Amino acid sequence: MLIKDVVCPFCGCLCDDLDVEVENGRIIRGDNACTLGSKTMVGDDRLKAPIRRDGKRWTETTYDAAIEEAAQILLDADRPLLYGWSSTHGEAQTLGIHLAELIGGVVDNTSTVCHGPSILAIQEVGHPGCTLGQVKNRADLIIYWGCNPIDAHPRHMSRYTTYATGFFVKDAHRDRKVIVVDTRRNESADVATEFVQVEPGGDYAVLSALRAIVRGRGDVVPPSVSGVSREQLFRVAEMCKNAKFGAIFFGLGLTMTAGKNKNVRNAIELTDELNRHTKFIISPMRGHGNVYGTNEVFTWITGYPYAVDFSRGIAFYNPGETTAVDILRRGECDACLVVASDPAAHFPKACVEHLARIPVVQIDPHPNATTHICRLQIPGSVAGIDAAGTAYRMDGVPIRLKAVIETGVPNDTEILQKLYNRVREGKGE
Amino acid sequence: MTELLIKNACVFDPLNGIRGDIMDIAIRDGRIVDSVRDGSEVIDASGFLTLPGGIDSHSHVCGTKVNFGRYMSPEDMRAGRTARRGKMHVTSGYYVPTTYGNSYRYSTMGYTTVLEGAMAPLEARHTHEEFNATPHQDMLANTLFDGNWSIMEAVHAKDVKRAAAIVAWTLSSVRGFAIKLTNPGGTEAWGWGEDLTSIRDPVPNFNVTPAEIISTMISANELLHLPHSVHLHCNNLGKPGNYATTLETFGLVPDLNNNRQTLYATHVQFHAYGGSTWRDICSKADEITKSVNARPQIVMDMGQIMFGRTMTMTADGPMEFNLYCLHHNKWSNHDVELETGSGIIPVLYSKKSLVNCVMWAIGLELALLTKNPYQCLLATDNPNGAPFVKYPEIIGLLMSKRYRDEECSTLNNGFEQRTSISSLDREMDWNEIAIITRAGQARALGLAAEGKGHLAPGAEADLAIYPIRCDDVDPATEYRNVVEGFQKTRFTIKRGRVVARDGDVIVEGANATFWVNPTVPDEHNVANDPEFVKKFEEYYTVRMGNYPVQDVYLPRGRCIKTEADL
Repeated sequence: MLIKDVVCPFCGCLCDDLDVEVENGRIIRGDNACTLGSKTMVGDDRLKAPIRRDGKRWTETTYDAAIEEAAQILLDADRPLLYGWSSTHGEAQTLGIHLAELIGGVVDNTSTVCHGPSILAIQEVGHPGCTLGQVKNRADLIIYWGCNPIDAHPRHMSRYTTYATGFFVKDAHRDRKVIVVDTRRNESADVATEFVQVEPGGDYAVLSALRAIVRGRGDVVPPSVSGVSREQLFRVAEMCKNAKFGAIFFGLGLTMTAGKNKNVRNAIELTDELNRHTKFIISPMRGHGNVYGTNEVFTWITGYPYAVDFSRGIAFYNPGETTAVDILRRGECDACLVVASDPAAHFPKACVEHLARIPVVQIDPHPNATTHICRLQIPGSVAGIDAAGTAYRMDGVPIRLKAVIETGVPNDTEILQKLYNRVREGKGE
Repeated sequence: MTELLIKNACVFDPLNGIRGDIMDIAIRDGRIVDSVRDGSEVIDASGFLTLPGGIDSHSHVCGTKVNFGRYMSPEDMRAGRTARRGKMHVTSGYYVPTTYGNSYRYSTMGYTTVLEGAMAPLEARHTHEEFNATPHQDMLANTLFDGNWSIMEAVHAKDVKRAAAIVAWTLSSVRGFAIKLTNPGGTEAWGWGEDLTSIRDPVPNFNVTPAEIISTMISANELLHLPHSVHLHCNNLGKPGNYATTLETFGLVPDLNNNRQTLYATHVQFHAYGGSTWRDICSKADEITKSVNARPQIVMDMGQIMFGRTMTMTADGPMEFNLYCLHHNKWSNHDVELETGSGIIPVLYSKKSLVNCVMWAIGLELALLTKNPYQCLLATDNPNGAPFVKYPEIIGLLMSKRYRDEECSTLNNGFEQRTSISSLDREMDWNEIAIITRAGQARALGLAAEGKGHLAPGAEADLAIYPIRCDDVDPATEYRNVVEGFQKTRFTIKRGRVVARDGDVIVEGANATFWVNPTVPDEHNVANDPEFVKKFEEYYTVRMGNYPVQDVYLPRGRCIKTEADL
């Protein structure tokens, strides 16, 4: 059976034009998908049942028994952390937040180790952005800064930017220029009109130089800024000012290098400045399929996009204090629920060591690095494969993920609802 | 069957001509009935002021830009925090509260229905998700068509039926309630960083004018027999001298509907400025209300501002950028492909600012100079003019000349020469307040027929009982009691259930979402039109099959079907 217009849940592009071939309840092909999407849809290798650590071995258990044990772990905890959420659907995220609210826990999502600094910058200076279709239909200048879409978001260029034909951009090749800014020449740089190579840690200075030129104070710019020549800076600034519609996309090369949120702030303020000359937007390249949805759901329920601590009863937010990495590094947390992410693969060593010392329950369909340190793993179905639900694309467009196969595996919402109900009972409510 | 009897209520129900009668109200299964059995649950209203549930006909509470207003404002989230308590979730925020914050505060103020002022169709799913997390109000979504490419093409072809067909498909696909035009044409121009300056300027690349868009959409709206009229945010918002644009726009509007207005002009305070710069800005509320008093086909809302901090958020992207250039505060912008734009910046309305004082006066002047209270409704364009929790103060100001004079004495010297506020003696009565906060909204939105905004048998049992004894209070002098009374109901009743009591919400909410589904003949169904489908697939970044909002997002959807005259 061929199912059309399927949404790939893997990355923040949420491509919704996959043609998926299903045979005997398995996906055998995903046309239009990139390599990453194909692997997500087809090569899906999962745990068959909940497992619990029994001394040095794993034993299979039932969903009910696993949920009961998870509930007890959360009920016994003084400072529980509920982390992850970015690869599941919004309905499950909602329950996760309400669970944290119920037990006075900390709830945080994967932004904490990716675009958290972008959020901090936006909270300082705002965010001039747009949906990706605006870029596709109008943009004649694209800047990729500190990101490598060819590897990380393989269809970003063909669907939305470099190669996308739009209403006002009939011939993408001729009508559109691409600038890539990075510390090393990556594959994306090979297709760029202009490659700007910045010395590691030099992004902030380069952004400042561009702002000065755009503001008409190019006289203060020295012959070279963080490895970029004055001539090239002037050329790039002119390209920006002369564009009819420019779009900057940035990645962890800005958010997770020296300067962090201040880099992003500088890039946003460059965008603000360029809007006095022409039309310009800026947008983070979000990683997990529904990480932006996590920020949205967190925000309408708690007021904050991530790092929310309910231990005082109210929602309290102080990144650097209430962020998952900091709570673990300080050794504060005494139990952790991980949902739809893999902190053991991405967190600093000290954090993972602490996780290994405390009871960790993971709700995730796949064996991953976190499996090695958890006490209990409960596999749910996968949003976009055998579970339906809501996800938000990197530009804020909400898309419904489809269930294309039936597996009978409970979805994350069902698992979390049971867990929530059990914890609520346990608290005598 | 659940039954409830409210005894000794002092009822104002303007749509049914009831003015302060002491009476009992019987409720069965969520609706008002003539009588209930003996032994039903009884609430003693003790002679307190009892009104149909409040209706906000223009408020920004749910969806992409509202949530972005929260996202970028941890400073506001800190300003309004409450812990989980009883049936209430945690809340954060003062001027852009979390969804539960909005819902609880509206509910404790007696509001049971809220129209979200601006939903981009492409992002409708988001609005509906937040509607479900705003559980104590029935919700409706104004749907943005101001920069819709297909609509502008139909306007250019002078094809009203085509425009109507596109509206019908879009509203039913995104579960929208009404046509919203925000700075028509201007949001498309903003796609290139430009704006329009009059309703006769052509939209770049589309060769239509705002005037043509507005006129075509008014006709299309009536062809579809939609419950509400076109809902318009005029061009040139917030610019000195813009009253001329507003008057010219009002001049476009024919009188096409016997049951309601033909145009709803929203937050008109922001569109009633004289002068040519911020230095010589003055009120033109007199000219605007003269026009509205002569045109029963127009209803407006005040767009009142109140002093203090708040957040401006609108689909009017270029306006927000101008505001950013003025304030140099943080600025967000979010243009939506083929449809519309939006912008957000925080503002402080200060009594020390002459401009802000003039703005404050204009909103009140509009309400006081409009003869028929059904034509000027109370709203702040929440949160743009002020958060809705300020409504009780506005009620106080409209009911008391003394309160207005006291406020005026604290404002920037000089504003009084630019407005007529000090010379207006009108003081509204309870009936007029009931009109400008619920009956007028129900009529303007076309919801009276759905049982909203009145208390006749058959109506939905949405009520607010305020701790105010109308006979004992003189609003002209005891306005503080009035303000306090409207801040917290004694009881808020939603579909026959007590949902809030003395400032606390006491049950889980179960709201409904109203949407319209105009039936059009097959030959006018744009989903069958290969040209429409082709353009959709080429220029949107989502597939047409993934665009419509699924039923699962409206667990308690209430569809209003209409038959289109196409």
